Amino acid sequence: MQAVYIIWLRQLKRYLRSKSRIVGSLGQPLLFLVALGFGLGPVFQKAGGGNYLDFLAPGIISMGILFTALFSGIEIIWDRQFGFLKEMMVAPVSRLQIMVGRTLGGATVAVIQGIIVFLLAFLVGFRPEYLTAWTFLLALVFMFLIAVLFTALGTAIASQLDDMQGFQLIMNFVVMPLFFLSGALFPLNGLPSGIALVVKIDPLSYGVDGLRHALTGVAQFGFGTDLAVLALITAALLGLGTYLFSKTQI
Amino acid sequence: MPSSNEDIIKVSGLTKRFGDFTAVQNISFDVKHGEIFAFLGPNGAGKSTTIKMLTTVLRPTAGEIFLNGHDVARDALGARRSFGIVFQDPSLDDELTAYENIEFHGVLYGVERELGKQRAEQLLKFVELWDRRNDLVKGFSGGMKRRLEIARGLLHHPKILFLDEPTQGLDPQTRNHIWQYIQNLNKEEGITIFFTTHYMEEAEKVAQRVAVIDHGKIIESGTPDGLKSKTGTSSLEDAFLSLTGHELREEAATGADHMRAGAKVWGRH
Ligand SMILES: Nc1ncnc2c1ncn2[C@@H]1O[C@H](COP(=O)(O)OP(=O)(O)OP(=O)(O)O)[C@@H](O)[C@H]1O
Ligand SMILES: [Mg+2]
Repeated sequence: MQAVYIIWLRQLKRYLRSKSRIVGSLGQPLLFLVALGFGLGPVFQKAGGGNYLDFLAPGIISMGILFTALFSGIEIIWDRQFGFLKEMMVAPVSRLQIMVGRTLGGATVAVIQGIIVFLLAFLVGFRPEYLTAWTFLLALVFMFLIAVLFTALGTAIASQLDDMQGFQLIMNFVVMPLFFLSGALFPLNGLPSGIALVVKIDPLSYGVDGLRHALTGVAQFGFGTDLAVLALITAALLGLGTYLFSKTQI
Repeated sequence: MPSSNEDIIKVSGLTKRFGDFTAVQNISFDVKHGEIFAFLGPNGAGKSTTIKMLTTVLRPTAGEIFLNGHDVARDALGARRSFGIVFQDPSLDDELTAYENIEFHGVLYGVERELGKQRAEQLLKFVELWDRRNDLVKGFSGGMKRRLEIARGLLHHPKILFLDEPTQGLDPQTRNHIWQYIQNLNKEEGITIFFTTHYMEEAEKVAQRVAVIDHGKIIESGTPDGLKSKTGTSSLEDAFLSLTGHELREEAATGADHMRAGAKVWGRH
């Protein structure tokens, strides 16, 4: 437990010390909120979709979490390059403990980032009227699940990479599709069946849906499905990540 | 628990191939409980590769390793509980302070809190970094980082301590100082020391037994005096040179590691 805690704490300290990273990673969500929220708002309204910013904000919060979480997982490549990974690999702690500590650390950081995006959205005009203390708690649960899932995915991917050269590849072929095909930006009704299927396969869709449900009361799949799918995939990825990580050599 | 007269490090037939290059070729050796053992060899001889296999972070192509009675291949965690290591390459977290690096290590190794604090202070003072303990490591000079790595490595007192060129890049005063400390640990706590170095006078002074490795093979082993008399030389340095020849080695492994890492993106096994 101690080991998990100190690894978690390290992730948190590193995050809090990189002010430029925090600020830098808020630019994109803000841009999306402003450009899409205001740009597409009128069209969305006319089409009978209601307030687009309300619809969009949970999606952009999810995006902030997705990016931060995956990145936190992938950060393990830096640990390898700067040598710190060796220090963890020779320590008398199980690989699962290291994985859990890292994942919880990355996830905590991602949730903080998600909350900051939530506040940004609020500044831009997001007013989730449906929100109560209870649904906010539920929203936090979904933020956390999204965060854990994608930190674990990031770690699993990173354990297969030797350096950051593969990073661009991952951004283009994993992160962007996960985001754009998640229902973060558009409702799922009336989609061509091919796209609809892809959206249903994308785990982020369930995170976005759960979060949107909690914050605005609008749902596609329902809490039960969202929670079940997220929990299942998270567990699977944690297992896979731990396995791949335990095979890591220096 | 193994009986105390059994060898604490037992290596047999250890081999490591990278592609079709053999870095370590069928080496066997034993180290006794409480011994100070030096592993000497020119650049690229295979010292660090051997240490990485001994410390569970690199899988051997063939061979067996027992550390303190634990089969490294089957019981890596048990093996890890038995040793500590100071790596040749940097392994600090630059974004943490000196103290945080030490603290992290202490918790990971389950050093009891009060004892950890006490030793952290003692060691940081010893390597003259106590005043800088709350500074981020990224602002440290090479020698300061090295000293911190050593202090960290000495925080918990394991059965076996691996030191891969611990004193590289340090001034002679500091090197003497550190070797005294390590010899003391060896004497007072019976910690077995396995180290590599390119400073032959260091090895001659400190090591009770040495093995000389070149091109991945152990070419000679024995006491420093034994090697000297076998080669008819008067210092370990001359014995080393007479065993390994005078030609230069084409590579220093440290810099090459990064280039290798860059060459290969996917496909970690
Ligand atoms: N991951 C790797 N992939 C390919 N070759 C490697 C790898 N690691 C080490 N080698 C090679 O194995 C050989 C032995 O390297 P090693 O680092 O063990 O040498 P060393 O004895 O520690 O040398 P030095 O005194 O310079 O530290 C070198 O030729 C090195 O290039
Ligand atoms: Mg070496």
